[in-house]
Amino acid sequence: MSDAVLDRLTRQEYPHGFVTDIDTDVIPAGLSEDVVRLISKKKGEPEWLLDWRLKAYRHWLTMEEPKWARVTYPPIDYQKIVYYAAPKSRKEGGPKSLEEVEPELLAMYEKLGVPLKEREILAGVAVDAVIDSVSVATTFKEKLASLGIIFCSFSEAVREHPDLVKKYLGSVVPSSDNFFAALNSAVFSDGSFCFVPKGVRCPMELSTYFRINQADTGQFERTLIVAEQGAVVSYLEGCTAPKRDTNQLHAAVVELVALDDAQIKYSTVQNWYPGDREGKGGIYNFVTKRGKCAGRNSRISWTQVETGSAITWKYPSCILLGDNSVGEFYSVALANNYQQADTGTKMIHIGKNTRSTIVSKGISAGHGQNTYRGGVTIMKNAENARNYSQCDSLLIGDQCGAHTFPYIEVKNSSATLEHEASTSKIGEDQLFYCRQRGLSAEDAVSLIVNGFAKRVLKELPMEFAVEAQKLLGVSLEGSVG
Amino acid sequence: MNLLEVTNLHASIEEDGTEILKGIDLVIRPGEVHALMGPNGSGKSTLAHVLSGRPGYLVTQGSVRFDGMDLLAMPAEMRARAGIFLAFQYPVEIPGVSNTYFLRTAVNTVRKHRGQPELDAIDFLALLDEKAKLVQMEEALLNRSVNEGFSGGEKKRNEVLQMAVLDPKLAILDETDSGLDIDALRVAASGVNALRDGKRGMLVITHYQRLLDYIIPDFVHVLSDGKIVKSGDKNLAKELEAKGYSWIEKEPPASASAVAGVAAR
Repeated sequence: MSDAVLDRLTRQEYPHGFVTDIDTDVIPAGLSEDVVRLISKKKGEPEWLLDWRLKAYRHWLTMEEPKWARVTYPPIDYQKIVYYAAPKSRKEGGPKSLEEVEPELLAMYEKLGVPLKEREILAGVAVDAVIDSVSVATTFKEKLASLGIIFCSFSEAVREHPDLVKKYLGSVVPSSDNFFAALNSAVFSDGSFCFVPKGVRCPMELSTYFRINQADTGQFERTLIVAEQGAVVSYLEGCTAPKRDTNQLHAAVVELVALDDAQIKYSTVQNWYPGDREGKGGIYNFVTKRGKCAGRNSRISWTQVETGSAITWKYPSCILLGDNSVGEFYSVALANNYQQADTGTKMIHIGKNTRSTIVSKGISAGHGQNTYRGGVTIMKNAENARNYSQCDSLLIGDQCGAHTFPYIEVKNSSATLEHEASTSKIGEDQLFYCRQRGLSAEDAVSLIVNGFAKRVLKELPMEFAVEAQKLLGVSLEGSVG
Repeated sequence: MNLLEVTNLHASIEEDGTEILKGIDLVIRPGEVHALMGPNGSGKSTLAHVLSGRPGYLVTQGSVRFDGMDLLAMPAEMRARAGIFLAFQYPVEIPGVSNTYFLRTAVNTVRKHRGQPELDAIDFLALLDEKAKLVQMEEALLNRSVNEGFSGGEKKRNEVLQMAVLDPKLAILDETDSGLDIDALRVAASGVNALRDGKRGMLVITHYQRLLDYIIPDFVHVLSDGKIVKSGDKNLAKELEAKGYSWIEKEPPASASAVAGVAAR
């Protein structure tokens, strides 16, 4: 295809790159014990949580940033990051209901395609909206509460349900787990909390919509989802950020706990600002996500569609502790222009008859570098553990790269492991075939890529699958060369 | 008006400059079926590719008018939308994309271009069902990924099905008979015949005469070394079959220019 077409297409703008003018409470940049104390104070936290933060902070000081991922970026100056920014609310203690949420914020979410009000009525999806450091609105709370389901911001959970938070916080990802998890534990500002009690099947999708608005801030949210015995919940998160020339750090922690017979399905459509065509700006998405299948017959399923961020460093994992528990990881990661993604999963089989499935689809275009990094560990007592892994890479153009690092560690000889991998390239033949049937080159690429990613996309909740499909198309516009 | 008017077309391979087409003249009027025969390497498939706009070729001389338009100025997808259809010699697989979804996307792109309303799923399935019967295509194949795991015959039938659904003005069939056994050939040919409606033009490219037992052409052209060296009616194909391509290649050039006159009528 001619350079002119390429050029025209790559001028496609990131549609979520706007900044909303809202009055924001921002603390000065920099990190110290005082900053940790200040954040905790601003949130009116109990002593035990401050102590937990400080312990994490002190540990973080002794740690080094991990360098093993196949990504490169200039050193991050942690003293230049703002660790707390919150839209100023006219009401003390934050809005109690949607009616109290500032209209500018509602308008912003509207513009992002997350109309909090409409979605509440039409789609039957409960949404927790997090902007910069705090949660601004949660929908459907009363309806969920009538079933005993708690879905609220993390701050509210600390206030209203301290025992639950205390019991499960850090139980899957300890504050000392890794550099970014420790940082998050010290300075996390908000996030979502979800608790589904014994025997309850959550009747609607729960979702959190994360938005970074303020410049130079880091976003450090925590999500904690607990499904008690026999509970079932499906949760989705989406993320966007304004276009800026500087890089912004997003270091979140997600912990999932599934007790006996419980099921948690966690889906992510990640569309943080990826930077421009030359690789300037964009979000560093350094995230720790882990689920613990603590109970027998429990199941945790991760589905992720990663199209945004300048750099992605993310390995949603499962600890399969309970006998017969199941872990799943379905991933589509796309790296276009100068994006770098190092993503994958860890499946740690501890219980008997535990099963895991990994399906990873990496798409590289432009100068993008896409790495799958996955670990499957079968521990000594994990009798009859099974794993199936499939890692496929699709290359578009000849400047990009795909890399695969599967690690396998087996300590029990009754284990069965399968690993399949493939690498393919969108060929001139496929493109021409589609164009000869009338499709434009862009539509053809979108079609081929969606076909490639189908196995993963079908794991997403219906309405988000459609969004994700469009997103893959938009993110690849301009990649045909 | 002529549907297709190829005048003194010269084309070479972009990468190394090798000239493949060395002055093609060809006129196809609405409703006519033209067969293009020729030995391997004579430029049959190249002509199909150049007409349909496949990247990788450079037109160095000549012109092509299609339905009054300058065809060579249009990108491949615009040619398709304008009504040029190429049944591929080697249909391409698109994993994960269902045949039905692919076709519906294509049909609606073309309809949009023609200013017709897009077909919804139900209307489209009705159309697909009707056309699938025409080419004897099993329903199971419609729901499988495009050409993935199809047999040779299924792939070719799928091409004819796409042609039926897209309803082109000019269909170019590039060696649709290659790799088919006699039964599969019959099915594909009957599909093609069902699409002869007195308006649609067809250019049937084949190496062997046997396809032309089933798709009876109005005209037969013989391509050799990038030029049409002989044109005639369906009997020319039979003559070729009997005498072999060497017969044409030995003909003196004088008769070739006489034939070009016939083709350019």
